[in-house]
Parts: sequence; C-alpha cells; structure tokens
Amino acid sequence: MNASLVLERFNKSLALLLLTALLIVMLFPFAIVTINAFKTPAEYASNGPLSLPGGLYTDGLRDFWDRVDFTNKLINSTVISVSVAVAGIGLSLLNAFALGIGRVRGRVWFLIFFLMANTLPQEALAYPLYYFAKSLGLYNTRLSVIIVFSVIQSAFGTYLLTSVFSTFPREILEAARIDGCNKVQLLLRIVTPISRPTLSVLFVFFFIWTWNEFFLPMILLVSTSNQTVPLAIAVLQGQHNMDATTSSASALLGILPCVIFFLLFQRTLTKGITAGSVK
Amino acid sequence: MAVKSVSLDRGYWVFLLPGAVALLLVIIIPFLINVGISFTAWNGITEPTWIGLDNYQKAAHDKTFWMSFQNNLYIIVAMTIIPTIIGLFLAAFLYDFVANKIGNRVASVFRAGYYLPQILPVAIAGVVWRWILQPRWGVLNWLLDQVGMEPRNWLGDADIAIYSVMGIMVWFQIGYPLVIFMAALQRVDPELYEAASVDGANWLEKFIHITIHQIRPEIFVVVLMTLIHSLKIFAQIFVLTRGGPGRATIVPSYFAYQNFFEKANVGYGATIATIMTVIIILLTVLFINVQSRQELREAA
Repeated sequence: MNASLVLERFNKSLALLLLTALLIVMLFPFAIVTINAFKTPAEYASNGPLSLPGGLYTDGLRDFWDRVDFTNKLINSTVISVSVAVAGIGLSLLNAFALGIGRVRGRVWFLIFFLMANTLPQEALAYPLYYFAKSLGLYNTRLSVIIVFSVIQSAFGTYLLTSVFSTFPREILEAARIDGCNKVQLLLRIVTPISRPTLSVLFVFFFIWTWNEFFLPMILLVSTSNQTVPLAIAVLQGQHNMDATTSSASALLGILPCVIFFLLFQRTLTKGITAGSVK
Repeated sequence: MAVKSVSLDRGYWVFLLPGAVALLLVIIIPFLINVGISFTAWNGITEPTWIGLDNYQKAAHDKTFWMSFQNNLYIIVAMTIIPTIIGLFLAAFLYDFVANKIGNRVASVFRAGYYLPQILPVAIAGVVWRWILQPRWGVLNWLLDQVGMEPRNWLGDADIAIYSVMGIMVWFQIGYPLVIFMAALQRVDPELYEAASVDGANWLEKFIHITIHQIRPEIFVVVLMTLIHSLKIFAQIFVLTRGGPGRATIVPSYFAYQNFFEKANVGYGATIATIMTVIIILLTVLFINVQSRQELREAA
C-alpha cells in the first residue's frame, strides 16, 4: 500500500470521526430527553441522566399526559393546523389565480403587498388582533387563531403560487376557454388539479408552521382547554413544580409529533425547503 | 391565429376579493392601528391619549430598549453569522469530500441528523434545553460534576445567560443553511473545480472563489431569512429566560410583549413593535433590490 492511499484512508476516518462527534452533539438533546422520560424519579436521582432506564417506566409520561389533558392539546393543534392549511390554501389559490393566471392590473404591487405582509413581525399585529378578538367575542377561541393564521400563511402561499401560475402553459388555458370553460371551472377543473403537487407542499408547510406557532396563539388562547401542544408544554413547565423525569416526559411529548410529521412528510419537506429558498 | 383571441384578462379581480379583504382586516388594518397606538399613551382599558412622538423619544433614552437591541445583535451572531459560516464549510465538506469519497448515503445521513433540531417548534426546543441546563438536576451540570468541573447556573446567571441562549440557537439553526447550501452546490458546474485544480488552486481558494461565488444567491437568502427570524425571536426567550435574569437576555419582541401584556404600557409596546417592523421592512426592501439587480446582471 502506498503512502497516499494510507493518507487518504486516514483522512476519511478522521472526517467520519469529526462528523460523528458533531452528530452526537446535535442529537444528544433528543436522546437524553427520550431515555429519561422512561425512568423513575428514584432512578434518575441515583444513576444520573446518562444511564439507560432499567425498564420502560411510563408513569411520568402518563402522569403528564393526564395532568395537561394531552389528548385535548393534540386535538386543538390538529384542528387548528388542518383548518389553517385548508383555508390558507383556498385563499392563496384564489389570489394566485387572479394574479398569476388572470394577471390583473397592478399585480406587481399586490405581490409586493403580500410579500410585505409575510415579513411583518407578529408583534406589530398582536395588540390590535387581541383587542379585535375581545370585542368580537372571538378571544380565547380556536377560531380566532384559525382566521389569523389562514391569512398570514396565505400571504406566503399567494407569493409562491403566483410565481408557479405565471409559468402555467397559456395554451391549456386558451384551449379550455375556447371549449367554453368559465373562470370558476378553469380554476377548479384545470388549474387546481394540475398544480396539485405544489398545493400538497403548501399544505404540509402551512400545517407544520401553524403547529409550531407560539406568540399569537399564546396571546389569543388563555384557557388551557383551548391551547395547542407547544403552548401547553411551554407554559406549564414554568408553573408546575415538576421533577426531572416528568419534565423530560413533557419535552418528549412535545418532540414526538414533530418527529412523526418529519418522517411522514420528509420528501415533501426537503423539496419545499429548497423550493422556498429560490422563491 | 384568430384575429380576436379569447380574452383571459378580464374579471379576474373578483377572485382577489376574499384574499385581499382578509389581508386588509387581519394584517394591514391591525398594523396601521398598531402604528397609531404608538403615538398614544394607553393602558389598554381607558381612552388612549395622543402624545405624538413621546414614546419614540422615551425609547431613545431607555436603557432597556437599547439593551434589547444589543442582545439582538448577539442573537444575530448566533442565528445568522455562525450558522451561515459553519453551514458553508459543512455543506462544502459533506458535498465534496464525504459524498465523493465515502458515499452519498453517508452524506445524507449526516445532513438529516444535523437538520433534526429544525423540525422542532422553537418553544419545544427551549423546553428541551431548559431541562438540560436546569441548575440543580440538569444534565449539563451533572456531566460537569462528573469530570470535576464547577456547575453553573447557565440561564440564571446574568453574566452567561445570553451566551447559553446563543449556544442553543446555534444548535437549533445550523441545519437550515446546511440543507440549502447542499442543494445549491448541486448546480455548481464540476468543470469549474477541475479547471481550478489544473491551475493549481488549493482547497481554500476553490472554496472561496468557486463555491461561495457560485452559491451567492442562496447565501443571500439564508442571511436575510435568518436575520428576519432573529429580529423576531420570542418563544425561545419566553421559555428559556423570560428576558432575565434582570434584563440580561431581553430582546425587542419580548420587551414589546411585556409592555403590552404585563406592564399595560400598550403605547410603548406598539412603539417597539413599530420600530422592529421598520427595520425588517428596510431589510426586505434592500433584499428585493439587491436580488433584482443581481438578476438583471445575470440576464445581461
């Protein structure tokens, strides 16, 4: 074996070693939270956080689940995120149909408007939205969060879909019009089915973004029975005097849905992250 | 071609109505009202009183206000500067060396692993780290204790809290630039590297003159997006430190929140939120300008 081959093999091993060390650092929080969620408090106290659990002790998880009524939080988050994804796509589709397919006058200005709306900090909307919600009787309802986020997400959706629609083959549109298709049929029977792949990316995005939201849901939803998963877990950790293992059980319950979404939607998401970057 | 082609461009504005009205009611009007509130003294209950620019003057002399923006600079270092730099080197290394010499599969496993923190809601990421950094029974202090080092109150000590938050944000953020840069590298022409190698360029020269140069648009997007995200940082601070101890980790959005909902200084909260918005809009306008200029240059 010659020297350069040895060197190359050494380089490869060194690279793998360094990358693996970094990987361990990155994944350590996930692993440590998981193993400690299944320990008894006594085990944690005597063996420390790094030891593997002696058995699958699920009382901490169950205890936390019951204490916050986690089923209810899962339902809240799911109802809110699905509704926002559907309504947000509906609004984006209508907007983008007018701007990208219909090319209405002043569309560039509308687009800039939507882009700006998308970058506004929620802090600059929070108090008026809170005040409106209170005066309309929508405060502390899931509906208030659904309305607000459908519109916020549609600002991004409009921007993305319009750029997709502006490259939509004009021949198809003209052919459909000649065949007597009216605008509503054009939207529902031609444009929507053809752009289904983009719409599914948007659905996943809107769903996950809404699931992960914190600031406005915290302001609009006060009672625990309306709160979302991240909200309930984050707000509770300060209030209750929880021991180490129950705390890690609560963190694990916050992590799990996201890991499941990631595994389910992985391909759509990776496509989307890169698509979003060149938007 | 028909003399009178079927007109496609009339009557479409009707479709814009629901979305535009919704945008007006949920975003534009609340935003304008917020700007209006910033010129008043208001506790949220009684009638607001018009005080002109007093809140802005107050902000200019308010130490906490400046502290919040100073802390925001630290957050920018942790969310934009460090992750972009690490992301560039890591992406180039995984793409060039690992994917080529060890295997594509291995490179994607590492990429997925480094990306994992990004899938968490920021609030949950905060909960996880608060648990690790808990001063009494947290994992980090336990580890330090095992190797005979001094445990610290990572989030409760005013001297180090901001650095703890920064470390957490770097951990959270690295995956984003990495994934985008690795995708960007795929469109770089390999012949450029070969030509440079023939000319005797070393790895670093190729990295600077080819890699960075070619994926400039993506670097730009990542920097802008993460800058905007760092200016909006809230949930992490809320969960980890609530801006404390004292005001050691206060950031503008948390400071605005405190004024809105804890101190009943709605006018002042609106002022802080308005200033944040102006900064973010300026950054966005700058971004659109530079990007369209870049596109023009590339088209020319």
